[in-house]
Amino acid sequence: MAETIPNSVGVSRGGFQKSFLAQAWLVLLLAVSFGSALAFVQNSLSDVIAANKLNETLTQVPELVWGADTPQYTADTSHPIQITPGTVSIKKVQKTAYYPVFRVSRGDIISGWVVKARGQGYADNIEVLIGADPHVETITGLFILEQKETPGLGNKITFPTWREQFAGKNTDTPFVVVKEKSTTKNSIDAVTGATISSRSVAGIVNQTVKDVKGRLTPQTVLSGEGP
Amino acid sequence: MSKLPTASERFIQGILPENPVYRQLLGLCPTLAVTNGLKPALTMAMAVGMVLLCANVIISLIRGLLKPHLRIVAFTLTIATFVTIVDRALSAYMYPMSKTLGPYIPLIIVNCIIICRCEVCASRQGPLAAAGDALGQSLGFGLALASIAMVRELLGTGMLLGIPILPDVWPPWVIMVLPPGAFLTFGLLLAGVNWIRAWRSNQPQRGN
Repeated sequence: MAETIPNSVGVSRGGFQKSFLAQAWLVLLLAVSFGSALAFVQNSLSDVIAANKLNETLTQVPELVWGADTPQYTADTSHPIQITPGTVSIKKVQKTAYYPVFRVSRGDIISGWVVKARGQGYADNIEVLIGADPHVETITGLFILEQKETPGLGNKITFPTWREQFAGKNTDTPFVVVKEKSTTKNSIDAVTGATISSRSVAGIVNQTVKDVKGRLTPQTVLSGEGP
Repeated sequence: MSKLPTASERFIQGILPENPVYRQLLGLCPTLAVTNGLKPALTMAMAVGMVLLCANVIISLIRGLLKPHLRIVAFTLTIATFVTIVDRALSAYMYPMSKTLGPYIPLIIVNCIIICRCEVCASRQGPLAAAGDALGQSLGFGLALASIAMVRELLGTGMLLGIPILPDVWPPWVIMVLPPGAFLTFGLLLAGVNWIRAWRSNQPQRGN
């Protein structure tokens, strides 16, 4: 099929508007109708998708606080695990940041916090769950909830071997991503070929720690029901 | 213009003679990326099939209205819409699978099989031929993905669809589920397909 661009059409004086529509009306019509179809789909499925995500979050929460010890705590029925969802708001200079948080406790004793945070990655927003001890002095775990990083490179941030670098590290100093093995305090080895993705995650963790440290203590009362 | 194939001819051609992966070498990104297990491979093939069928039929219905220089825009718009619908449906009803496939579902938008079929078939033929073409091509894509995934999952983990098949003494060839395994398997299977074709075309034609 020969591609012919009718260049005489559409540039004649005064008739531009009319012929522009004559050329593009189908594309415009498709865009509008597909747009409304997608709005309908999103509207009818968003609740189910949100429920799926919450479910996944809740299954990850205990392990983010207790790590490898999780099975022994979940098996202990004398101190049932309680996961209380809530929100903390942090007032900043221009805006207020909201973090969905989960308090994890056994009986009346708080074991730790899991904070959900997000930030810009290399491709799209990265959403993470950060586990921390009751005073947010130590990171106890990290889980990547959502990412669209490059397959084979950036998506390695979801691998346990990479994520586990954060666990057990103190939050006194910010995490620094390094390209070569380093013994510097709180250094995180970058994923090979994906330094930006690695830095994004470390950045999200640092920002979150900076915001919530001091705000989350064993005495903190969470505002709002639900995540 | 020479006579175009009918719906049933389109369907048959898509499965083996014009197999999108082995004969046209199209859509190789998902072919290599999601074939480390049979289940993700079949889900991917189904997702591509759904998008291809819907896009082909829609494009075929509006083919008389398409402006030649704006046709690719219309194709992409249609494909992107159905990919988004499939993506949302997967994360609503097959959430773990949608996480396994990750970015490869949104990447169907740029899958060249679909845009190729819109261009070659749907923009020239009626909805019936377009649907037959979509089904044939999807089946061919599914078979190709399944053939690669079967080899990789079986040799790499000793399982098929997560069910143990090979005896425990079988050492899993970890490389098969890693990216190099995809290239090795695909290369060998492609060589096999080409060898069979060459062998068959050398056979004397027998009339019956």
